[in-house]
Amino acid sequence: MADEAFSLPRIPIGDGVDAAVSFLRTELSGFFNAVQTVFGASVEAMEWVLMLPPPLVFAAIAGLIGWRLRSWQFGAFAFVAFSVVDSMNLWDETISTLSLILIATVLAVIISLPVGVLAARNDTVSTLVRPLLDFMQTLPVLVYLIPAVLLLGIGTPGGLAATLIFALPPGVRLTELGIRTVDKEVVEAAEAFGSSRNRTLMRVQMPLALPAIMQGINQIIMLALSMVVVAGFIGAGGLGNEVVRSISRVEVGTGFEAGLAVVILAIFLDRLTSVVGQPERNKSKQDA
Amino acid sequence: MIRGEHLYKVFGPQARKAVDLFEQGWTRDEVKEQTGALGAVIDADIDVAEGELFVVMGLSGSGKSTLVRMINRLHDPTSGTVEIDGVNVTELDGKELRDLRAGKVSMVFQRFALFPHMTILDNAAWGLETQQVDKDERYEKARKALSTVGLDGWEANYASELSGGMQQRVGLARALATEADILLMDEPFSALDPLIKRDMQSLLIELQSELRKSIIFITHDLNEAMRLGDRIAVMKDGRIEQTGEPDEILSNPATEYVAEFVRDVDRSRVLTAANAVQEPLATLSPDTQPRAAMVQMRDHEAPELFVTESDRTLVGAVRDDDVAEAAKRGDRTIRDVLHHDYGQTGEDTPLGHTLLDAARYTLPLAVVDEQGRLVGVIPRVTLLSALANRDVLAEDGDPDANGSGPPDAAELAAQAANDGQPVASDGQAHSRGETTTGETPAEEGAHHG
Repeated sequence: MADEAFSLPRIPIGDGVDAAVSFLRTELSGFFNAVQTVFGASVEAMEWVLMLPPPLVFAAIAGLIGWRLRSWQFGAFAFVAFSVVDSMNLWDETISTLSLILIATVLAVIISLPVGVLAARNDTVSTLVRPLLDFMQTLPVLVYLIPAVLLLGIGTPGGLAATLIFALPPGVRLTELGIRTVDKEVVEAAEAFGSSRNRTLMRVQMPLALPAIMQGINQIIMLALSMVVVAGFIGAGGLGNEVVRSISRVEVGTGFEAGLAVVILAIFLDRLTSVVGQPERNKSKQDA
Repeated sequence: MIRGEHLYKVFGPQARKAVDLFEQGWTRDEVKEQTGALGAVIDADIDVAEGELFVVMGLSGSGKSTLVRMINRLHDPTSGTVEIDGVNVTELDGKELRDLRAGKVSMVFQRFALFPHMTILDNAAWGLETQQVDKDERYEKARKALSTVGLDGWEANYASELSGGMQQRVGLARALATEADILLMDEPFSALDPLIKRDMQSLLIELQSELRKSIIFITHDLNEAMRLGDRIAVMKDGRIEQTGEPDEILSNPATEYVAEFVRDVDRSRVLTAANAVQEPLATLSPDTQPRAAMVQMRDHEAPELFVTESDRTLVGAVRDDDVAEAAKRGDRTIRDVLHHDYGQTGEDTPLGHTLLDAARYTLPLAVVDEQGRLVGVIPRVTLLSALANRDVLAEDGDPDANGSGPPDAAELAAQAANDGQPVASDGQAHSRGETTTGETPAEEGAHHG
């Protein structure tokens, strides 16, 4: 038949993925168990630390940080906003989400910085890493949520893994970009005076790439936040759970409250991280 | 001190093959078409002596920056060797190379390439930081280097707060702080305003007279090359067209390209009195009797002559009327009728600075050495010819002239070419005032003056 002659044979990509996942589950279960434990424990530890101060004290500390790093207006906003979160009875959920985000961010930075540096130094690494990053960012989130659950189980660890995969790419990209766009002549000058590659990296390239790197970290945090609700589907806890539950029960009001808490976290973290990236001198110039 | 031999730098694919083709005499375009590789530097030889300021000059794309980067291996040569003090730089491993860059060879960049996130002091101390010199010592040396370039008090500032000229002073201080013997300067002053540029050139000349570094200085500015260079290499399309002293390049361009290039140079600044000086065929002793002096002056149709002691110390000049007067009075010598109405200059004075004196007096310019002894004279016509690039320079006192120049020139030449020594008897006008082009030497000289 003509139809059959022109149709390509079915390539079993999906079967391969199935096989890979079940292989990972059976053969590397020890590794994934360890990861599960570490992920869960680190988020819990962070949660414990953040829960230490009572909500109002926490809000005051947030306000203080906002004031010192940005302006007194931002400090006042932070204090009021966190107080509102507490008054909505969403404190525990918010802290739980914040913990997940912070741990995800720390892990993402730990992974993306060295990868970004490698990609900046080596064109081969760069060309290999780029499609992988595209893949991580564009693959529909729910598609890797399932394997995350299969490998790391329902709850925080799976949610953290999914968040990590989604939030990692801008960290790598902006680190690479930042280092690659440091003035070539400046790097050459560093080397012309006998600087080793590591010294050039730490003393010249990284400091000059810092604004871009901080922008990457800012992006990581924002993407992590946007994953919170999705992670709620697999019981990662926090505000995500709250949103998912209110949606399933069609409780528009509670859903909005949870959403508002996410927005407050987003604004606070975004404004804070976007100011840290600017070098001291520029800041003083802006003031002047 | 620094010696580069058969240096090639080829960018792109099949670099080795490209070198082979170049060695077989292919041109840059042919090789590019055949292999797709770009020959940035092709078979370059350089040899820089200790304490020499060696200028590599060429237009953009001529390969001069690439050439200098092969010295400290910011670019690895595709082929050829670089030797510094007998050490083959091309074979150094990573650590040895870093030591060389930190201790022996430092560099100044066209766009300054300062570290914007560090203070001026940290910038200047960079070469010492890479050597892991401790903080106190490196800051002390950096402060000293900054002071050498006139930047006291700016240590705590950032580069963005400094003007271009000051930024390059920091660049220079950074290079000086390591006390390297060799300075590579890649168009260091090209990004500066003309006035600042002149200042920086003067600073460099001043520093160099004290420090005597071996400097390789890249520029596309011929006047800068001529002003600074002890020797100059002219590059074109990756090849060195000619290497020589500035006046050699000017007066004896090896190729059409070099000749074209030097056509517009301001000769009045490059050429010095020493380049145009001629042997005074006649001088008088102050003890000459007036009558004897008159005879000599008449013989050479010279209305005026220089008077020197027996050790050639210049004591003055005499005019024929005055000598005649003295003879009438019965003076025993011409000592009483000496005058000093003539221009006098040192051997190193740029010709441009002598123009005024040359115009003011009828006598040729007297060129004297540091002890005041007469080295020679520069007749006005010779001066103008030198500035206009007539080949009078090459002749260097060879009296084959026939007085075909303009009347004024012939007259001056006659004055210059007199004969005091009893044996010498060549009284011919000692100049060549060819005016083959429409432009007279005088006019051309005026442009440059």
